[in-house]
Amino acid sequence: MTEGGTPSSTEYILHHLTPLHVGHGFWTVHLDTLLVSMALGVFFCWLFWKAARHATSGVPGGLQNFVEILIDFVDTQVKDSFHGRNPLIGPLALTIFVWVWLWNFMDLIPVDLIPSIMGALGVGHFKVVPSTDLNSTFALSLSVIFLVYFYSIKVKGAGGFTKEIFTQPFGIWFCPFNVLLRIVEDVAKPISLGLRLFGNMYAGELIFILIALLPWWIQFTLSWPWAAFHLIIITLQAFIFMVLTIVYLSMAHEDH
Amino acid sequence: MNFNATLIGQMITFILLVAFTMKYIWPPLMQAMQDRQKRIAEGLASAERGVREQELASAKAAETLREAKKQVAEIITQAQKRANEIVEQSKNDARDEGQRQLETAKAEIDQEMNRAREQLRKQVAAIAVEAAGKILGREVDAKANARLVNDLVAQL
Repeated sequence: MTEGGTPSSTEYILHHLTPLHVGHGFWTVHLDTLLVSMALGVFFCWLFWKAARHATSGVPGGLQNFVEILIDFVDTQVKDSFHGRNPLIGPLALTIFVWVWLWNFMDLIPVDLIPSIMGALGVGHFKVVPSTDLNSTFALSLSVIFLVYFYSIKVKGAGGFTKEIFTQPFGIWFCPFNVLLRIVEDVAKPISLGLRLFGNMYAGELIFILIALLPWWIQFTLSWPWAAFHLIIITLQAFIFMVLTIVYLSMAHEDH
Repeated sequence: MNFNATLIGQMITFILLVAFTMKYIWPPLMQAMQDRQKRIAEGLASAERGVREQELASAKAAETLREAKKQVAEIITQAQKRANEIVEQSKNDARDEGQRQLETAKAEIDQEMNRAREQLRKQVAAIAVEAAGKILGREVDAKANARLVNDLVAQL
């Protein structure tokens, strides 16, 4: 909370939506987003590495079972929409799914818990959900689009890629229209990918914050249903991000 | 809420995570899962093979048993036949042997009888001569009447 007295609702909401940042202009860094993302990434790597190190083809233990279920789930999704062979796409999809899910899961931590702890430690602002930061979601979507371009050119060659831009989908006689369509499509892809995740998580977080403004004795009537519903949303959003990544990459591999 | 260097930082973290997953997490777990799949498939296949082999073996065992029974029956029949033969032969042998012994005994008896008869004849002759002598009151010349006596004896 801000120093001195009870903050107004506006102050409370703005306080929750302000990231912990250092630097100026473009070179501003949101420390909370970076640190929480790294911590979750390290947790993901540690957990899965623990399972992978003792991986046995015999009877798997509990952790290996859990990890194998996730990997099998991701692998099924990959095999359903991606028909080429690419050793990157499975691990990429798994990383996106688990990492984004962990980001989103931070949304279910009580909204005041971590900011209060950080406040007690002398840190003024702390946004704990990385996916409510546009920089996180666009870091993922731009990386994915970069990979789409990389594989498009790698699979089809520079010539084939250029030809595709000018002749797809309506043939060479409509080439200006084709190029225009392509530009719209390629701009829309990363923006829709990044904004969808950001928008869902930002809205969810905002509703938690609004619920937190209610009197304490009524909060549970809204917070519990919203948290239960949000549990579905965070999984769904992570899943959508992963599936779209796979679909975009498989489109990049398709030769017309 | 605007774009800044956080995006670059998040990208770097993302690349590191993907690289780690690609190198240390995905391949060993995938390998383990594929190996297990293969092992389960092999296990099922060998179980099926085992069942089929077992069926084959029991069929073979039944066949062997049937053959053995047939052979046993044959052997028993042969043995009975042989036993009958042996009994029959023993009977014949015994009968022959009995016959032979009987004949030997008969021959011996005949011999004995002839000897006894001969002796008796000699004694009768002697007695006849002595009795004749006594009756006649004098000595009968045995030598002189030998022919007569012998004829008499032969008539006995």
